[in-house]
Amino acid sequence: MMEIGLNHYLILSTILFTIGLIGVMRRKNLLLLFFATEILLNSVNIAFAAISHFYGDLTGQMFAFFVIAIAASEVAVGLGLLIVWHKRHGTIDLDSLATMRG
Amino acid sequence: MFEAIAFYLFAFLTIAMFFIAVTTSQALYALTALAAGMIFISAFFFILGADFLGAVQIVVYSGAVMALYAFGMMFFDTTRDVKEKNGNKYIVVGLATISAVLVVAIFAAPIVSQNITALYPMVEGAGNTQEVGLVLFTKYLIPFEVAAVMLLVAMIAGIVLAGKQMDLSLTLLDDKEIEEIKNKKMKKVL
Repeated sequence: MMEIGLNHYLILSTILFTIGLIGVMRRKNLLLLFFATEILLNSVNIAFAAISHFYGDLTGQMFAFFVIAIAASEVAVGLGLLIVWHKRHGTIDLDSLATMRG
Repeated sequence: MFEAIAFYLFAFLTIAMFFIAVTTSQALYALTALAAGMIFISAFFFILGADFLGAVQIVVYSGAVMALYAFGMMFFDTTRDVKEKNGNKYIVVGLATISAVLVVAIFAAPIVSQNITALYPMVEGAGNTQEVGLVLFTKYLIPFEVAAVMLLVAMIAGIVLAGKQMDLSLTLLDDKEIEEIKNKKMKKVL
């Protein structure tokens, strides 16, 4: 119990990933959907860093860096698209995206 | 001992913050809870000895990503409550199944891979930042450059998408001009 091993971190990562998954499934607002995807990416980063630490391998940390870079660019492009969508339709609910008529 | 205390404390805080971020109906609460959760996650990186990753986590997530979200929220109507999907049975069942499979896979992965060896082992007598630099600029140089190009593409995409009509400032125009712009926009939509 007091010895923190790899499994502790993996369990934590799983819990956070499940929380993010719940968010992705039940959110209707696209902005809050983005928040949920950030949680997903962060939970995976914890698993990468933990495995990197417990196996003495730096590859996990490298992957975590690239995940962070991808998350940053995803936010920039996604928010730009959201702003355009909000200017056109006045809403960022998922329901307004259901029909792809533009 | 201290590691265990820190782990359980930050695990509880992170789970609580992300739970708030996922369940609250106020967008501003979700934003602040998410920012707090990001900071707490960097604590795990510091516990794990990945100092550079922890610093990057704070700088990129709480600095850049959260600021971007905060600016983005100024464009949206965030004061009203967020509507939620009503519980669909199939979604709940699918969610539970996916989560269960995920848990099994994550618990089985370390058992399966007991015999793995380090591809890029930690360097003796070097700090974490030096090790990261050594691996990043030798073995992962090309992915690093590709990531740089990707960030440039994302920056240009953000400017092109969000930067339309940024030359107009609503605070500097008087009411008549704003009305004219509104009428023009209505015509465009119709």
